[in-house]
Amino acid sequence: MQFSTDVLVPLVLTLKVAGCATLLVFIVGVAVAWLVARHEFRGREVLDAAMTLPMVMPPTVLGYYLIVLLGRRGWIGGWLHDAFGINLMFTWQGAVIAAAVVAFPLVYKAARAAFEDVNRQYENAARVLGSTEMAVFVRVTLPLAWRGILAGTMLAFARAMGEFGATLMVAGSIPGRTQTLSIAVYEAVQAGKDDMANFLVLVTSIVCILVLVGSGRLLRTRYA
Amino acid sequence: MKLAVDISTRLRSRDREFHLEATFSCAHDVTVIFGASGSGKSVTLQAIAGLLHPDAGTIRLNDRILFDAGAGVDVVARERRVAYVFQDYALFPHLSVEANVGFPLAPWWRPRLDATARERVATMLAAFEIGHLRASFPGQLSGGQKQRVALARALISEPSLLLLDEPLSALDPLLRERMRHQLLEWREQFGIPVVVITHDPDDVAALADEVIVFRDGRVVRTGEREAVFDAVESGPQVRRAVRRFLADAAG
Repeated sequence: MQFSTDVLVPLVLTLKVAGCATLLVFIVGVAVAWLVARHEFRGREVLDAAMTLPMVMPPTVLGYYLIVLLGRRGWIGGWLHDAFGINLMFTWQGAVIAAAVVAFPLVYKAARAAFEDVNRQYENAARVLGSTEMAVFVRVTLPLAWRGILAGTMLAFARAMGEFGATLMVAGSIPGRTQTLSIAVYEAVQAGKDDMANFLVLVTSIVCILVLVGSGRLLRTRYA
Repeated sequence: MKLAVDISTRLRSRDREFHLEATFSCAHDVTVIFGASGSGKSVTLQAIAGLLHPDAGTIRLNDRILFDAGAGVDVVARERRVAYVFQDYALFPHLSVEANVGFPLAPWWRPRLDATARERVATMLAAFEIGHLRASFPGQLSGGQKQRVALARALISEPSLLLLDEPLSALDPLLRERMRHQLLEWREQFGIPVVVITHDPDDVAALADEVIVFRDGRVVRTGEREAVFDAVESGPQVRRAVRRFLADAAG
């Protein structure tokens, strides 16, 4: 077992993929959650269901959808290829998309609940004190919902790190390029490399426990 | 100060519909809107502040039109220069007393107060005798202290009208009696016209230059202080006269 190529490379790749996916999911998840939590519009509940769907669907099904969308002949993939020469299949960027789709509901759900928990009286107080809607969001809504959002984001990071099914279908298992920790564990077990599997499992477990302990601490409120 | 309100609006919740049809004007220093809970006084106050948008009517403050459904005028809350102290004070729980009071003085991209703003906040805190609470958070304050912070925050940007939503109901009875007089002193000091809503006749007796009685979403009676009770009356007599007047109005 070579530490640098067998452990460090998939670990760094996993952190890179999970980090990028979390950033993506954070921005989109918070924006959609705010829209749903603070606005009445037609199809709101349908949108909510659609945003939650990745939580209940098998990752392989999601992966299949992503292949249909992002593949060379897919709606988005075909356009990306023709217009920019970009190909997402079997790249680490493709793994980011797969991890992001699977982790999305964790941020979205937590952020929606956190926004709905913010008493609108505080937002109204800010409005009468002269705040624009932007200022209300940045100075009142977001800080009061921050803990819930951050806890959801950390869970999403942990989920993205452990992503297997959708990632394997979209990005494959190319050592050094798309082989993340969870896929490396699978490959090690398949190849009978028990030592390496043990070590990879240990590394993954430690990182996941650290993330969960961190998000648990953030969930405890400070102002009560 | 002259405030003229003539609004009508329908509010629907799951199991009931509420129809508000409020018409009144007031020109005194302290106007008290009296009514039972659910009589429409809070909705009216929110409409004046711009937090609620009536279906029809007009709201004028001095020579400004704040709302005119017919002409499509609806000045947003932040530009009305109407301060609002909420019943539960609505102090921002994540900000210190100083940051709460200084909230209107800082733009969103630079929430830290500059030296001038900090000085204004300090003056305001001193006026309400809460300078020692500067670094405290709302969760650490008593009801009376929260009220002082809420008033300081509401008055720091020099609004042209102050709305108070049941300002005394959250306080214990002893403190309430003291706060009534304190409120009048502060009002005098800042020279700002005040509209107070309450369901307590004693508030009317102690505070009102003018009283507007709400019932079931309508204004059923209005009266100036002199019309409600005699100037020579005092103490318990005043209270009795006020209670009689309010009882008459409420039918």
